[in-house]
Amino acid sequence: MLAPLLEARNLKKTFSAPGGAFAIGAASGVPAVDGVSLELAAGETLAIVGESGSGKTTLARMLLRLIEPDSGELLVEGRDFLAARGSQLRALRREMQMVFQDPFASLDPRMRVGSIVGEPLEIHEPNLARAARRARVVEVLRAVGLAEDALARYPHEFSGGQRQRIGIARALVLRPRLVVADEPVSALDVSVGAQILELLQNLQRDFALTYLLISHSLPVVAQLATRIAVMQGGRIVETGAASQILNAPAHPYTQSLIAAIPALPAS
Amino acid sequence: MCVPVVRNPSYDVAMAPLIELRGLTVEIPTPAGWIRPVDDVSFVLETGESLGLVGESGSGKSMLALALMGLLPPGAKVRGEAWFSGANASSASRVNLLALGEREKIAVRGRDIAMIFQEPMTALNPVMRVGAQIAEAIRAHEPGISREEIHRRVLAALERAAVPEPAVRARQYPHQLSGGLRQRAMIAMALAGNDESAPRENGAGGKPRLLIADEPTTALDVTVQKQILELLAQLRRDLGLALLFITHDLGVVAQVADRIAVSYAGRIVETGPSREVLARPRHPYTAGLLRASPQLVRHKLEPIPGAVPALTALPPGCAFEPRCALRVPECAAAMPELRDAGPGHTARCILV
Repeated sequence: MLAPLLEARNLKKTFSAPGGAFAIGAASGVPAVDGVSLELAAGETLAIVGESGSGKTTLARMLLRLIEPDSGELLVEGRDFLAARGSQLRALRREMQMVFQDPFASLDPRMRVGSIVGEPLEIHEPNLARAARRARVVEVLRAVGLAEDALARYPHEFSGGQRQRIGIARALVLRPRLVVADEPVSALDVSVGAQILELLQNLQRDFALTYLLISHSLPVVAQLATRIAVMQGGRIVETGAASQILNAPAHPYTQSLIAAIPALPAS
Repeated sequence: MCVPVVRNPSYDVAMAPLIELRGLTVEIPTPAGWIRPVDDVSFVLETGESLGLVGESGSGKSMLALALMGLLPPGAKVRGEAWFSGANASSASRVNLLALGEREKIAVRGRDIAMIFQEPMTALNPVMRVGAQIAEAIRAHEPGISREEIHRRVLAALERAAVPEPAVRARQYPHQLSGGLRQRAMIAMALAGNDESAPRENGAGGKPRLLIADEPTTALDVTVQKQILELLAQLRRDLGLALLFITHDLGVVAQVADRIAVSYAGRIVETGPSREVLARPRHPYTAGLLRASPQLVRHKLEPIPGAVPALTALPPGCAFEPRCALRVPECAAAMPELRDAGPGHTARCILV
């Protein structure tokens, strides 16, 4: 049997509250992520769902080693990700990219779109000729639904939905296998968010991607996820196939999340 | 009175709606020229009724609320009429909110019409205790009121917003409260003028008649959102408040609104009873929004192509025409009027 693409075992992270002028009491010692284990198989979409403070964003960042866990293990296809250094770490990192929530904050306003999307190539494939790099950037821009003339323009010239497409293009330009999407549509209008969800679906097929989707919204998750893990207070309280979690939630917290969603009347 | 465009205002107080907008238009100067975020909006809101104003960003829904509160940015031009029945301090049966002087506006704002916002942290003063802020809101309308009476009213306001341990919370600062409690504190502050038992003379005090809520639950977790929506429903029942609820979320509006007005690029494009509009939308934009909304059951999402047009570059005809799957050549010629689409139901589309 193949090792999972990504496996986490008993990950823990506690942020210490620095005692400053505004520190009230001893707030340190509450773990943000408290012993999370999960497996991500190639080709699936695992959604981590939770409310604010549940630890879902900290977990996602630890899975990419953007934050180092206090303890636990992290394996990429059976290899120890936490022990990886230097060129080995760089090689693993280019397989995993992130799409961020806010397309206004996550793009450098002073860089042209061509540079924003091409930058990961400059870092990971420095020997690539200019023309070849440009061709790769144009190709990925087309894949996310943007025309070549976007290259020379700046982020502010684009709408929120187009900016999110630029962010996705930057994440895909290295042809990663895993994409972590942190609230990819929650800053967008409904009509535009649906475009991005549809795009993510199509890209998963065309680029053979594995997704880890971080979201507070079960309706959004329902559109993409094959599996769902529900987080509360730093722990996964329920995990299972998406249809099972959405239709027959077992944990009282999952049940309360589903019951709180305002439903539309049937047409 | 569900007809959205009323040509002759009713002067019979008993029959007059609480709010009657006629051709409300707001124009704002921008570096790219004048824009019209609210364009010829007419609707009525009956006493105790709940109207959901639905729209995406740039639809002008918040600007409409600010116009009613007299809080438009400097330089804004307003046209049309906004008739309000039930101003506590006014002897007239109806006042035009847009024609009030600054003093009268202040008297109406916060007392007859209360407003709550999306992000309580920006509406609350971070360096002032919660209780002191509510006290300030009470004192603004009733300057002569005693210390003891203010203290009693502050606690009553927090209790009404179902804030647990009101005496403790009143002494805390906004950052010490959770997002849900902050929203409750803001609701308490907005409705602080509403006290049945308060002594009343020459128009002091009095009941708010209308609560304007601008995306009050958008920044909240879904379980907290549910609690705030339940609180608003209870306040409506207990106080007989009318509610103008502004949101982009069709699920939320289905829960809070008796009637819906859908806004697109500054214009109302569809109005009607909420169940009717959501189950049988007649405007292609409303129908498109519904098909694009993720729901718990996985369904094939059908995105609306393109984006909301910039208010500086509106198409000459129907503003939705460039994105509309059902468009015909006439759609690009002129903006259609609101047409009758069923009992109490109108849609701004030539296909209706």
